[in-house]
Amino acid sequence: MTEASATQTPATETAVAAKLASESRNATKAMLTEFWYYFSQNRGAVIGLAFFLALVVVAVFAPLVAPHAPDTQYRDSFLTPPVWEAGGKAAFLLGTDAVGRDILSRLIYGARYSLFIGVIVVTIALSGGIVLGVIAGYFRGAVDTFIMRVMDIILAFPSLLLALVLVAILGPGLTNAMIAIALVLQPHFVRLTRAAVLSERNRDYVVAARLAGAGNMRLMFKTILPNCLSPLIVQATLSFSSAILDAAALGFLGMGAQPPTPEWGTMLAEAREFILRAWWVVTFPGLAILITVLAINLVGDGLRDALDPKLKRS
Amino acid sequence: MLRFLVGRIGLLIPTFIGVTLVAFSFIRLLPGDPLDLLAGERGIDPERKAELLRQMGFDKPMWQQYLMYLGDILQGDLGTSFVSKKPVLTEFLTLFPATVELALCAILLAVLLGIPAGIFAAVKRGSFFDQSIMGTALVGYSMPIFWWGLLLIILFSGILQWTPVSGRISLIYFFPQDTGFMLIDSLRSGEKGAFASAVRHLILPSVVLATIPLAVIARQTRSAMLEVLGEDYVRTARAKGLSPLRVIGLHALRNALIPVITTIGLQVGVLLAGAILTETIFSWPGIGKWLVDSISRRDYFVVQGALLLIAAIVMIVNLIVDVLYGLVNPRIRHT
Repeated sequence: MTEASATQTPATETAVAAKLASESRNATKAMLTEFWYYFSQNRGAVIGLAFFLALVVVAVFAPLVAPHAPDTQYRDSFLTPPVWEAGGKAAFLLGTDAVGRDILSRLIYGARYSLFIGVIVVTIALSGGIVLGVIAGYFRGAVDTFIMRVMDIILAFPSLLLALVLVAILGPGLTNAMIAIALVLQPHFVRLTRAAVLSERNRDYVVAARLAGAGNMRLMFKTILPNCLSPLIVQATLSFSSAILDAAALGFLGMGAQPPTPEWGTMLAEAREFILRAWWVVTFPGLAILITVLAINLVGDGLRDALDPKLKRS
Repeated sequence: MLRFLVGRIGLLIPTFIGVTLVAFSFIRLLPGDPLDLLAGERGIDPERKAELLRQMGFDKPMWQQYLMYLGDILQGDLGTSFVSKKPVLTEFLTLFPATVELALCAILLAVLLGIPAGIFAAVKRGSFFDQSIMGTALVGYSMPIFWWGLLLIILFSGILQWTPVSGRISLIYFFPQDTGFMLIDSLRSGEKGAFASAVRHLILPSVVLATIPLAVIARQTRSAMLEVLGEDYVRTARAKGLSPLRVIGLHALRNALIPVITTIGLQVGVLLAGAILTETIFSWPGIGKWLVDSISRRDYFVVQGALLLIAAIVMIVNLIVDVLYGLVNPRIRHT
């Protein structure tokens, strides 16, 4: 604090602080308005976002929305076709599976798992990736080399292969599948963060903050990191969809969520033997995965266009 | 160029050592030791177990075990399968051509369709074609391919009965498989209908495996073309009065293809991961199915060997792509 401000009366000081705070609020608001303007130009992205929000609502209120419990077996309705097919029943809109469970209800409950998987995986991969990436880019030298070589090793394995092997070590199950997928997705965040930190760390505002006495932690996480967020937001969105796809693939291979969990990939695995007899048990879970992943990828594309200043001006 | 090459190979060595460490730790990180897994529920006599562990070197300190493992790898010994009792490397080499055949067909399909689609979308930017091509590409990119495979089976094998459900060739044909590539072997056998059967078996798995690379290549080609089409030299070429075909095909495409080559190279990992799912669905006897079967049979030396070999393949292909990239783009070589 300079001498001039020390001599100011406390009243003017609070006034200045309040003015600064409101200006910063206004700036944030302007930024968000600008972001929304560019994002909403992209029709696909808005549709994707709307679908995604609807899915969140359905997942949260699953017990209210779903017509049946996900694990109730109706013994008089094995493999009932969807309602519009001959032999369909109005009680089971999308039909039932081989043990008489309502497919629509299982899909609705399955949305909870997929969204949960996405959130947890991205949280783990993003936070781990940011910490490692910032450290590597900020300190450089041996720490950087070590972290980046370890990431290279992870990237040398095809993601699904590494996830499969990790699950073989940890044991099949949803939690372990999520840990494995997070680990596999992490290097992308590390690389992105590191590259962004490298381009920012010698900018004037960072040097100024350092001269003002900011410590390493403050410089890394409060000064530099907020300016590196755009690519990370886009990557997080794309990783959200990869996480859902990979978890479904693991479930399909019998290494992810275990039956009778209504996870979409696991449902597909259970349905496989009926593919030539009952198309609906196979079609709907996969369609749910496809539409969800598609919606998130649409949002990701929109975010990239809205956050990338290079594309904006073209 | 030589310095560039040596530098790239030098970067690979620590990564490869890391990969061997991962493969080495894999067996040691599994719950229980390999012998318990091998013996299964029958159990094993403790004395016999101790002796076997000694024979396999599991009683030595970790670092000695690792050095022994490295020595074995360098001599081409990747262990022996619990189930088939054959060396892992032999099994891998017998199954690998099947995966290569499938992956090559898939990447060929992806390149032949993806690049023209991307160019077309870029040239007609904003048109109905552009929007439908990019929309389709995004659907392909978001596709759970294990489900896509099942859908194609329902349609083409179930309803239309055009293609077989699984395997590489109909069981009525029997001929020596010298190359391991069914298309070549069936042609060489001279048996009537064998080649056609091999092709019909190959179509659906190739389409499924090609889906994601196709989408990625189309998207990448489009954005690379768009970037190049805005360059001054393209405008000059147009201003000179060259035909649009010549401008796009010669001036723009050549430069746009540089990043696309890298993208194609990066699809190797995608293809190998995709092969795990595709081969499982279509019972395609390649390394993807081998790996999944070995994990479920707990044949862990096979998993360990496959892990190492697949990572090595990915690394070598990435090196080749890097070098090719350096060849076509001199700017990279000197940085």
